Amino acid sequence: MARIGVFVCQCGNNIAAEVRTAEVAEKLKDVPGVVHAEDARFYCSNPGQEQIRKMIKEHNLDGLIVSACSPHMHEKTFRKAAETAGLNPFRVEIANIREHCSWVHHDPTKDLGTEKAGDIARMMVERVKRDRPLSKIKIPVTKRALVIGGGVAGIQAALDIADGGREVVLVEREPSIGGHMAQLSETFPTMDCSQCILTPKMVEAYQHPNIRLVTYAEVEKVDGYIGNFTVTIRKKAKSIVEENCTECGECIDKCPIKATSQFEMGMTKRKAMYIPFPQAVPGVPVIDRNACPKYVKDMSKCGLCAKVCGPQCIDFDQQDTFETVNVGAIVVATGYDVMPAENFPEFSGGKSKDVITGLHFERLASASGPTGGEIKRPSDGKVPETVVFIECSGSRDERRGVSYCSAICCMYSAKHAMLYKHKAHHGQAYIFYMDIRCGGKRYEEFHRRAVEQEGAIYLRGRVSRVYPRDGRLVVQGADTLVGSQVEIEADMVVLATAVVPRLGSKDLAQRLGIGYDQYGFYNEYHPKLKPVETVTGGIFLSGACIGPMDVPTAVAQGSAVAAKVLGLFSNDEMAREPIVAEVNRTTCNACWDCLVACPYKAIEREAIKNRQGEVLRYVARVNEGVCMGCGVCVAACHSKTIDLKGYSDAQVYAALAAV
Amino acid sequence: MKITLGPAGPSQSFARLVESLSGEDLSKCYQCGNCTGGCPVSFAMDIAPSQVIRMVQLGQEETVLRSNAIWRCVSCLQCYSRCPKCVDLSRIMESLRRLSLRRGHEPVTVYALPDEFIRRSPQMALVAGFRKLVP
Repeated sequence: MARIGVFVCQCGNNIAAEVRTAEVAEKLKDVPGVVHAEDARFYCSNPGQEQIRKMIKEHNLDGLIVSACSPHMHEKTFRKAAETAGLNPFRVEIANIREHCSWVHHDPTKDLGTEKAGDIARMMVERVKRDRPLSKIKIPVTKRALVIGGGVAGIQAALDIADGGREVVLVEREPSIGGHMAQLSETFPTMDCSQCILTPKMVEAYQHPNIRLVTYAEVEKVDGYIGNFTVTIRKKAKSIVEENCTECGECIDKCPIKATSQFEMGMTKRKAMYIPFPQAVPGVPVIDRNACPKYVKDMSKCGLCAKVCGPQCIDFDQQDTFETVNVGAIVVATGYDVMPAENFPEFSGGKSKDVITGLHFERLASASGPTGGEIKRPSDGKVPETVVFIECSGSRDERRGVSYCSAICCMYSAKHAMLYKHKAHHGQAYIFYMDIRCGGKRYEEFHRRAVEQEGAIYLRGRVSRVYPRDGRLVVQGADTLVGSQVEIEADMVVLATAVVPRLGSKDLAQRLGIGYDQYGFYNEYHPKLKPVETVTGGIFLSGACIGPMDVPTAVAQGSAVAAKVLGLFSNDEMAREPIVAEVNRTTCNACWDCLVACPYKAIEREAIKNRQGEVLRYVARVNEGVCMGCGVCVAACHSKTIDLKGYSDAQVYAALAAV
Repeated sequence: MKITLGPAGPSQSFARLVESLSGEDLSKCYQCGNCTGGCPVSFAMDIAPSQVIRMVQLGQEETVLRSNAIWRCVSCLQCYSRCPKCVDLSRIMESLRRLSLRRGHEPVTVYALPDEFIRRSPQMALVAGFRKLVP
């Protein structure tokens, strides 16, 4: 016979206002298996917990009900208290008579509340009777992390994990790490040169003994679970034997073929043999196979690079290779894209060369950019006298399916206006805006500086259209503060286009098994309290793949994620709750409905062999490291073969029957 | 009414003139509207006090100088006392009145006002109105 104790909490007046707790305790004493029942003011307090421990020993209890608040609140508290008194923590259940009873009902006589609280407690008694003592699951942890994406968020995460003494594999899609931040001219609000503060970090990541850079590569496949991931990386053919390259740059100098530079936003050319930008890390060039005549013209001519290469490391026949790495944690830091100007035909985007995006402007303002840092309009190279900046181009625009604010445009447009004024003293910057959202530290002051000291004129309204006239651009918008139409004849128009998820972000999310929102940004576990975790254990997020964010936030997240990863790596084994599914191997008929239904890929095929090692049949098996205890497989199973530990069918039915 | 803007010089010349006459920095105004909210006579103005600044910022010379708002202002300084950016709008109004007079606009003919009105009008309004008689 079970020896169950029931402890009914008054929670001050939270429960006692609706429930006669002493009466509930008294009635529960009549339930078979209950040997002790009592009530008190606060069981979560230290004396309350001490009382529970005392009663466990005094009555030799083997199961416990605490009728109190939600298990989210204090299940851990009471289980721990019971454990210290020698009781298996999974023989402790919470009857939620606060959120499920006293808070949601009002009956001045307290009759209904008392009755319902009794019912809830009785249900839990039946559950506890059938609770098996469980022990926490131990999982070994591979103390190596994979960081996907070498922008500033990924670099920061990699550096902090590496400084914490753990190995990091940093995978980057482009030939160089650096991401979008390497493209920026200056950074708000301090106006320090973006590359000057980023490249030391890039080099540090490159030289760090604990970091291995894998550039020009993509994550192909992810298997496994927290602490034990197996990741397949596709290393795209650089056409260069990386180990032998001395980064002398001779091949780049000799390459006669020009191709469009994506890094410079298409505003200039680079060679077919190239590094994206002069400070690229690593400085090993790659051959653009869409431009090099060796590939586009069927391995025929050229080959100049191979002739000049001292260490003879050019290999035209190189193929993509695959590498498998075992890691314990994955950090996703894949960053963002910006909507292209071509999406805005009403602003002459794509039609006029002088209608550009903010990223184009960054390159124009950058000392290493195509104009050497001078603001010259792309069409004829003239210094523009009037520049119009259009905020919210695509952002907060439900017609384009973007209802969110891109968060960085207010600040970078103010920065652009300042940079323009610094570089073209007689120029006039106009900025069309809907709202100014400069919420960061020293941000509002920065914006006001653009207005009050740099003379940028802000116009409160959206632009309706931009059209070319006599070599210039006519911008038609409004200033709602005056309440009238505004027309500006501009030389250049800069669109603060929306920050959007990386192309293929959903694809990667599916490969990783993490969630994403309707736009394709990745979902945090909890937007406030678990901002860098995902619902999938061991996979973390950092930077603008979560949503639009500025450099300081991305860096902060990189460090935050490193703290999480280092915490995970601090033990050789990690313990987790044993609330997982289990398979009864004798009744499984191998229909694999569970395998299809499982959202976490936790179900595997297990071979049943005889003594000779011959496979007799297959049954389902739950990988306890991956299983999240959601119960979908239990619902899918036809033969009632799968059950959830701690939430078995028998327990659920018994609880229902008790009402 | 359409506002046409362009290169720095022409668009900004009116604003710079008002700034030099009033001694106030127009770019400090971020259009919160506190001046309009507190103004005891804004109900009688054709354009609100905050809009006066806005129009000066955007070089809307004619509209501002022909508005009755600049003459209805009684320089009570309610706007200045509440302005979070410490812009003294009454000084700007005064400079606009002076500009209006220089241009020969005649929005108020003081001697034509009825006695009863003059008796009930605030002193400052009358002072502002008489100013045009001084060359």
